[in-house]
Amino acid sequence: MNLIFFLLIVGGILIAAVNGNVDVVTNSIVSSANGAVEKVIGLIGIMTLWLGMAKVAEESGLLKRMTDLIYPVIKFLFPSLPKGHPAMGCILMNICANMMGFGSAATPFGLKAMKELQELNEDKSTASEGMCTFLAINTSSVTLIPTTLIAMRAASGSANPSEIVGTTLFATSCSTAVAIIADAIFRAKNKRKKQAEIAHKNHNVHRKKRR
Amino acid sequence: MFFSLITQASRWAIPIFMSLILGYGYYKKVRVFEVFVEGAQEGFWTAIKLIPYMVGLFIAIGIFRDSGAMEIFTNILSPILVPLGIPAEVVPLFIVRPLSGVASLTMTVDLFHTLGPDSYAGRLASTIQGSTDTTVYILTIYFASIGIKKFRHALTVGLMADIAAFIAAISITRWFFGSF
Repeated sequence: MNLIFFLLIVGGILIAAVNGNVDVVTNSIVSSANGAVEKVIGLIGIMTLWLGMAKVAEESGLLKRMTDLIYPVIKFLFPSLPKGHPAMGCILMNICANMMGFGSAATPFGLKAMKELQELNEDKSTASEGMCTFLAINTSSVTLIPTTLIAMRAASGSANPSEIVGTTLFATSCSTAVAIIADAIFRAKNKRKKQAEIAHKNHNVHRKKRR
Repeated sequence: MFFSLITQASRWAIPIFMSLILGYGYYKKVRVFEVFVEGAQEGFWTAIKLIPYMVGLFIAIGIFRDSGAMEIFTNILSPILVPLGIPAEVVPLFIVRPLSGVASLTMTVDLFHTLGPDSYAGRLASTIQGSTDTTVYILTIYFASIGIKKFRHALTVGLMADIAAFIAAISITRWFFGSF
């Protein structure tokens, strides 16, 4: 992340300098900074609304009921989550909102899910396995119906705005499958590495004892 | 028919979902308004905490786009990607999509206006737009909100999924609609 941040900014400035449009960069910085704050301010309303709703759903037991229904799937994807943990409900809500194409409602639940996962995390500055799996699914996009996109196509005069639903579904299934498999491979690799370390340690301890 | 069904479903989803939450809560004797406010409190601070990260990310993407760096990138990638059946107009989308949702949507809509939504490029851009998400943006914001500094394999997995989606989108669009 540090590298991406550095490269985007310094690389951009260097290229602008070569092209002789440094003024553009200065303007861009100011408008981007303002745009970012505007975006967050715009997010506050939606965040407040849905986190309030989530609390009601949690307190009434609705969230737990919904997670119990799909518990087998969640258990398979997130073996590290204890049964009935509140993170499950948030993950479920986030994925549902994404599936329906409501990105703005998905964000509050996603952020709350991260917060709940962080409580289970032992090393607070490093991503846990559950977080990596959740984000793998989330960033691979699980949209069933891209509503905004269909509306945009209709507005641009498409003869059949929803004709891309099938192709989108195929592509997104491929990417989600790749994400889940890649995440599982990384997880298995880490596990093996950890086990090797533990075995190594034990081995050394035994050797010392024998002496 | 299918289109109107989808519009109806998306029109009703949020109102119905909200009524369900409140209705069930009321039925279970939850003090719905007080609990709502209690939960909502958290929303405000979560959003405010995101400002510094958002500003950093937006500035980096803004400079990259406006300085002409993105154009250079596109020019480098084009000779490799165009022979593979990717129209030159769609190439910038590969770079922008993981970074910014607004920028990539604007780009797609621009493309609809110049080439038409029912052109090969228009359909391909639609499929890419619909089947991927803003990976870098989501990772930054989600991890930032809880103070995670080491992403581990999350970024690699996310970008791998994006590449898989790009490849799948190109193959299926060509197969389904025919190319050019």
